[in-house]
Amino acid sequence: MSKMYYRELYCGTPVRYWAGMALLGTIVAVALGAAFYMEHNGHWVTGMTNQVVWGLPHVFAIYLIVAASGALNVASIGSVFGGPMYKPLGRFSSLLAIGLLAGGLVVLLLDLGRPDRLIIAMTYYNFKSIFAWNIILYSGFFAIVGIYLWTMMDRKANRYYRTLGFAAFFWRLALTTGTGSIFGFLVAREAYDAAIMAPMFIIMSFSYGLAFFIITLIAAYIWGNRELGDLRLARLKNLLGVFVGAVLYFALAYHLTNLYVTQHHGIESFILLNGGVYTAMFWIGQILIGGIIPLFLIYSPAFDKARWAVVAASVMVLIGGFFQIYVIVIGGQAFPMSIFPGKEVLESSFYDGTVNAYAPSLPEMLLGIGGIAIAMTMVAVGARMFKVFPESLEDPGESA
Amino acid sequence: MSVKNDQPDMNRRKFVGATVAAAGAVVVAPGVLLHTVAGADPESQGASAKHRWGMLIDANKCAEGCSACVDACNSEHGLTSHGRPETDAQWIRTVKLKDLNTGHINRLVMMCQHCEHPPCVDVCPTGASFKRADGIVLVDRHTCIGCRYCMMACPYKARSFVHEDLKDQSVNAPRGKGCVEGCTMCVHRIDRGETMTACQEACHKDGHGAIVFGDLKDPDSEISQALKSQNSRQIRADLKLNTGVRYSNL
Amino acid sequence: MRSSFNSIRRFTYLLAGAAFAVTSLQATGDTAVIKGSKAASMESCVAETSDMRRNHMDYLKHQRVETVRGGIRGAKFSLVDCVECHASKDNDGNAVPVTDEGQFCQACHDYVAVSPACFQCHRTTPMQGSGSLGAVDLEQMKFQHLNASSLKEWHPVIHAGSESAR
Repeated sequence: MSKMYYRELYCGTPVRYWAGMALLGTIVAVALGAAFYMEHNGHWVTGMTNQVVWGLPHVFAIYLIVAASGALNVASIGSVFGGPMYKPLGRFSSLLAIGLLAGGLVVLLLDLGRPDRLIIAMTYYNFKSIFAWNIILYSGFFAIVGIYLWTMMDRKANRYYRTLGFAAFFWRLALTTGTGSIFGFLVAREAYDAAIMAPMFIIMSFSYGLAFFIITLIAAYIWGNRELGDLRLARLKNLLGVFVGAVLYFALAYHLTNLYVTQHHGIESFILLNGGVYTAMFWIGQILIGGIIPLFLIYSPAFDKARWAVVAASVMVLIGGFFQIYVIVIGGQAFPMSIFPGKEVLESSFYDGTVNAYAPSLPEMLLGIGGIAIAMTMVAVGARMFKVFPESLEDPGESA
Repeated sequence: MSVKNDQPDMNRRKFVGATVAAAGAVVVAPGVLLHTVAGADPESQGASAKHRWGMLIDANKCAEGCSACVDACNSEHGLTSHGRPETDAQWIRTVKLKDLNTGHINRLVMMCQHCEHPPCVDVCPTGASFKRADGIVLVDRHTCIGCRYCMMACPYKARSFVHEDLKDQSVNAPRGKGCVEGCTMCVHRIDRGETMTACQEACHKDGHGAIVFGDLKDPDSEISQALKSQNSRQIRADLKLNTGVRYSNL
Repeated sequence: MRSSFNSIRRFTYLLAGAAFAVTSLQATGDTAVIKGSKAASMESCVAETSDMRRNHMDYLKHQRVETVRGGIRGAKFSLVDCVECHASKDNDGNAVPVTDEGQFCQACHDYVAVSPACFQCHRTTPMQGSGSLGAVDLEQMKFQHLNASSLKEWHPVIHAGSESAR
């Protein structure tokens, strides 16, 4: 096999690079403006209410955080499971993971009621809270993946590469377990009270993270005018297929378990049958766009050599994943909480017993998209500063 | 030193031990003394685990069309409406229920149930959501970051998020944008030794007497007597949260 | 070498000492209390003025924990009392918020470029009428107790019960 050279991301002409950066920067600036608008006026200008307390920003944030840990998978396969085809992609995998996590956390932070109290979140800990644990898991993730990236790039630190690879792998599993557990232990709401949430989030992270990885990898190599071989993409594509299938399986298991419990039939029929927009999002968004069509694109022999099919499948996985988290986060809150089992609520000033309405507002949407832009900006800056991308990812046979 | 062997110097050890003990006594004693001195004045006494404040709500006595308790709570704590019912704070609310099997219709008030094992306290990342020694569950707005995880966790929808800037708050309840809040069981009254919450007072004034407030740990209190003599239930008793607010005739 | 270093050090100490003396003189020289507020008619705050200037934030922060978490009220340091005492009145006799430009809290915090975050939640004028707190409101407390005892007639257990609870 030929020697691999890594180089900073120069995109042919400076204009090409800086135009891309300007685009990302504009999106980030708009998002920060939207966040300021929401914080200045208070949350009443958003679609969030006292009934649907977590809205679109949380969907984006959880989506990005989940994808972040999944994006590290490629590096883990390279170092923990010893896949030579994946090893050259390890640096970018780590950088993308850091970027996605940062983007998600910025969205989460800017949606807090008191984002100015970040220092309190960092200094006051209630160790019974999964949230508090997550704050530690997120900070640790930055540190461990940062060092991991260093061991990949610095020859002197390279002897710790495998150790760090293992550490990062286990840390990312813990991180996604923590993120899934945010919902897994909420006894109050029927949609969330399930231990399967944590493993399901891990599988979801595998799938979204890899889809993010494939798209950004292809985009970066087009942006930077570099060669990207089909063989490696085919490997990534097949892996994505496995993960998409696994996500579908977990969704099936989750709903079947819930259907077994008579108490949970209400929420199940809400999501699966008569939940209106949430039912549509589940069947069309999560299952069809996020599962069945990508599987077809990935495994059909007709698209065996088609690069667009890989891209399309990855984009659809990401869209479907977004809907999946939307259904979990918002759908779970929209369904009325069963405060008075066996009773029908005739009157309430606080929307007891009714399906809670939620209409996402524009600023929330802008903030969420800004989170993705922040992730991409960090990746673009990081790739320009460090030798992250291999100069060429031609298939081994061709270059020999 | 004349001691040449490597045995530890026992005199030195004794000396260190004695010093530590003395220093400990000096540090601890004033605290103990102060605690015994304080006590006469209810204002400085503070919350004590000798009490557990609770309420008993009689669903039969909660009168149709009445909102005395809600109004009293609002004025006591300076809760003002902004004409946006989805985001306006509600610490106490009236709910009308119909039994799905029997058709029996009930009316009752819902508020923070002041659980013994409150889920909101478990999930709060900063510990801003906490339970006082006397069982009252509160939000410490000085450390609340507004993440709303407690609102996700509460099985009773007892908490509200302040969605806008506020002015002219009541001294009874300092509150502001970006923090979560809920029924305080009128701690400001309890702390100065009063025996009624605003909602209970209003309910009694209107002659309904649907709310009884008192000390669950005091066997002679009205609420303890009432709970002993009649059947009552907790809402969502299946969650085993041991609520401080109980309901009868529900 | 060494001696010159020492002399420089000595000079610095001298300079720092002088600066401190000058600033503290200036600090105790005039008062920042707003005319027309209750505080203007008082000898001093709940502690020495210099102590309050330097340490009020720590006292208040300590007290806030005691009050919110421990339920200890009516203590020496209370933000409600700060406002009660330091809020002035305008020509119409209405209380002026302590966070208005030039008012007691705001003027000084402006000068040192610190935002008095207390008032994001706490009220900035003394509270009139029902529901006031603190040592200044004994009247109010009497009223509440009266209320409770008048109910005692037809609801005797309430009072007896809580009496023994206390």
